[in-house]
Amino acid sequence: MDSMGARKIRVLLAKVGLDGHDRGVKTVARYLADSGMEVIFTGLRSTPEQVVEAAVQEDVDVVGLSFLAGDHMTLAPRVIDGLRQRGLHALVVLGGVIPQRDIPALEQTGTARVFLPGTPPERIVEYIRGTVELNPGT
Amino acid sequence: MPDLKADLKRWQETTLQRTLDRSPERKPAFTTDSGIPVKSLYTSLDAPSADYLESVGFPGEFPYTRGVYPSMYRGQLWTMRQYAGFGAAEETNRRFRYLLERGSTGLSIAFDLPTQLGLDSDDPLAEGAVGRVGVAVDTLADMETIFQGIPLDKVSTSMTINATAPILLAMYIAVGEKQGVAQAKLTGTTQNDILKEFIARGTYIFPPEPSLKLALDIVEYCFGQVPRWNTMNIAGYHIREAGADAIQELAFTLADAITYIEKARERGLDVDEFAPRLSYSLGCFRDLFEEVAKYRAARRLFARIMKERFGAKDPRSYLFRTFSGSCGSTLVSQQPLNNIVRVTMHALMGALGGHQAIHTACWDEGYAIPSESAAQIALRTQQILAYESGVANTIDPLAGSYYVESLTNEIETRAQAYLERIDAMGGMLKAIDSGFISREIQESSIRYQKQVDSGEKVIVGLNRFQEEEQAAGTMELFQVDPAVEARQRGTLSALRAGRDQNAVSSALAELDAVIGRNENVMPVVIRAVKAYATVGEISAVMRRAWGEYRSPAYI
Repeated sequence: MDSMGARKIRVLLAKVGLDGHDRGVKTVARYLADSGMEVIFTGLRSTPEQVVEAAVQEDVDVVGLSFLAGDHMTLAPRVIDGLRQRGLHALVVLGGVIPQRDIPALEQTGTARVFLPGTPPERIVEYIRGTVELNPGT
Repeated sequence: MPDLKADLKRWQETTLQRTLDRSPERKPAFTTDSGIPVKSLYTSLDAPSADYLESVGFPGEFPYTRGVYPSMYRGQLWTMRQYAGFGAAEETNRRFRYLLERGSTGLSIAFDLPTQLGLDSDDPLAEGAVGRVGVAVDTLADMETIFQGIPLDKVSTSMTINATAPILLAMYIAVGEKQGVAQAKLTGTTQNDILKEFIARGTYIFPPEPSLKLALDIVEYCFGQVPRWNTMNIAGYHIREAGADAIQELAFTLADAITYIEKARERGLDVDEFAPRLSYSLGCFRDLFEEVAKYRAARRLFARIMKERFGAKDPRSYLFRTFSGSCGSTLVSQQPLNNIVRVTMHALMGALGGHQAIHTACWDEGYAIPSESAAQIALRTQQILAYESGVANTIDPLAGSYYVESLTNEIETRAQAYLERIDAMGGMLKAIDSGFISREIQESSIRYQKQVDSGEKVIVGLNRFQEEEQAAGTMELFQVDPAVEARQRGTLSALRAGRDQNAVSSALAELDAVIGRNENVMPVVIRAVKAYATVGEISAVMRRAWGEYRSPAYI
C-alpha cells in the first residue's frame, strides 16, 4: 500500500527453463521497480511449478517470463495452466527471442503479450500499468 | 615537446575556435562506447614516443602490445572459427562439414543447455531444450557422430562447455583414440571458465569451490597428457554481453584469470607449467578504436601481471592468446540484413586487434539458429577481410595512432584500478560472492539502456532510421527439427539398453570414490564415457557429492 492506499502493481519475473541469460529480464525488473511496481525475480532456472507457487504466494497481478533459448512453446503454457489451476488470474507476458510464427499460438493459450528484442522497456511499463489498472481484479 | 604544446593551444584558440563559433560540434561531449572522454584531436603529446619501447615494443616480445607472435598474420592468418551446433549429432556433423568444405579452419561446438548442465535428454528438466541452442550430447556415441569423417588430427576444436567440461573433453579424447589420434596430438580448447558462469552466463551446476576443482582437474590432466590443448578460454565475451563496459570486461576477465592461476598454484602446479595453455576471449562490440585499444591493453596488462605478480619465467606464459567474436547483443532484429555490416566491423576489430581466432555472427541469429546461407555469409565476411582488404599485410597497423595509443593507455589504467579494488576486497571470489561484480555489470547495463532510450546512443533501425517493420514471418528462418527431442530420447534409450551396465556402474562407483579422495577426476571420467555412461549419470555422481549452487537473484 502506498500513501494513497492504492495497491502497488505486483509483478513476478522469472527465467523458466535452463537458460542463464538474464540481462533482459533484469533490465525490465529495474524499469518496473523504478516506475513504482513491486517486483519479485525468482532467479535462474525456475521450474514452471516454482513460478506458479511463487506467483500464488506473492499474489501478483502480472507474471513475466523471459525466454531466449527456444523452449517457450513447452514452458509458457505450463506456467499458464498452473496459474489457472490455482485460480490466479494474473496477466502473463513474455519477453525475449521468440519467433513471430509462435506468437499467435502463445496468445491463444493465454499469453497476453509478447515483447520482442528492441522493445523500449518504458513500453512494457506502460502496457502493464494500462492493462492492470483498466482491469483491476482480473 | 614545448613547441607542440604551445602550437596546439594556438590552433585550439584560433583556427578551431573560429569554426566552432560559427558552427558548434554535433554534441556537447564525445565519448567512447564505454564512456571514456574523447578529444577532438590527438597528438604525440598523448602518446609520447619516449614510452615506446617500454609500453609498446615489438610483436612477440614483452609487453606484447603489438601482438603475441613475431610474424602475426603474415605467417598465418587467424583461425576462422564459426560457432555452430544444433539438433542431434547428425545435423551438427553436416553443418561442420559444410563449414569445413567452405574454408572454415577451426570448429567451435555449441552444446544444448541440458548437455551444459549435466542433464540427459530424457530428464524432465530438459524438456523443450534438447538440441535447441546447441547440439544434444548424451553419450560418447553422439560425439562419435559429430566427428564422423572429420579427423581430429586435422582440425582444432573449441568447445563452449564449462560445468560439464571434463565429461565433454573426455569424450573428445575417446573419439580421438577411436580414430587413431593419440590425445597428445589433439588441439583445441575447452572453455572451462566457470567463474564467468557465476557472473554472467548462468550455466553453473556445483558451488564455486568444487567447480574450480573440476576446472583445474582439466588444467592438471592436460599438462601431463594433452599438452597441445588449451585448457581454459577465460572469457570476457559473456561478461560484456551481460552488460559490462569494455573496461569491466577486461578487468573482470583478468581477475578471473588471476583467481585460476592462484588456485592452480595452491594445488602445487608451477605457473610456467600451465599458463602457456590458458587462452582468452574478448568480445567485439561497437566502437572500433575502443575495442582495438582494449585488445592491445589486455596483452600488455596481462604480460605485466604474469611477470610481476606471478613471476612467470617462460615467455609463453605471458601471451594473452585470444579467440574473439561478434557480440550478439550488438545485432539488431529490426532491418536484420544491416547486421552483415555490423559483423564486418566485428571482424575488422578482431583482425586489427590481433586475435588468434575469430568468430563472426550470422545476421539472422537474433531470430533463430542461423540458416546455412547466413552461416556462409558470416564466414565469407572473414575471408573477404583476410584476402581482399589488405588488413592482414602488416602487424598491428593501428599502432602509432596517437588516439589508439592514448586509448590503450587509458583502458589499461582504468582496468588496473578495477583490479586493485577487487584485490582490496580480498579477491575475485569474494567480489563475486558479495554481489559487487553483478551490481557493477547491472549498473552499466542499465546506463547503456537509458542512453539507448534517450537516443544518446544511436542504434540504426532501432532508435533512428526506423522502417515500417517488414513482416519477419516472411523471412526464411532456420527451424530446428521439432522431432529432434523425441529422436534423441529414442537414441539414448536404445544405447542404454545395449551397453555393458556393469562397466558403467563400476566406473561411476570409482568416480564417486575418486571424488571422495579429492583426486583428479579426468582418468575415471574418460573410463566412464568409454563405457557409454551418460552426461547426466556422470553429473549425478558429482551432484550427490557436491550439491548444486543456487545463485542469489540480484536485480
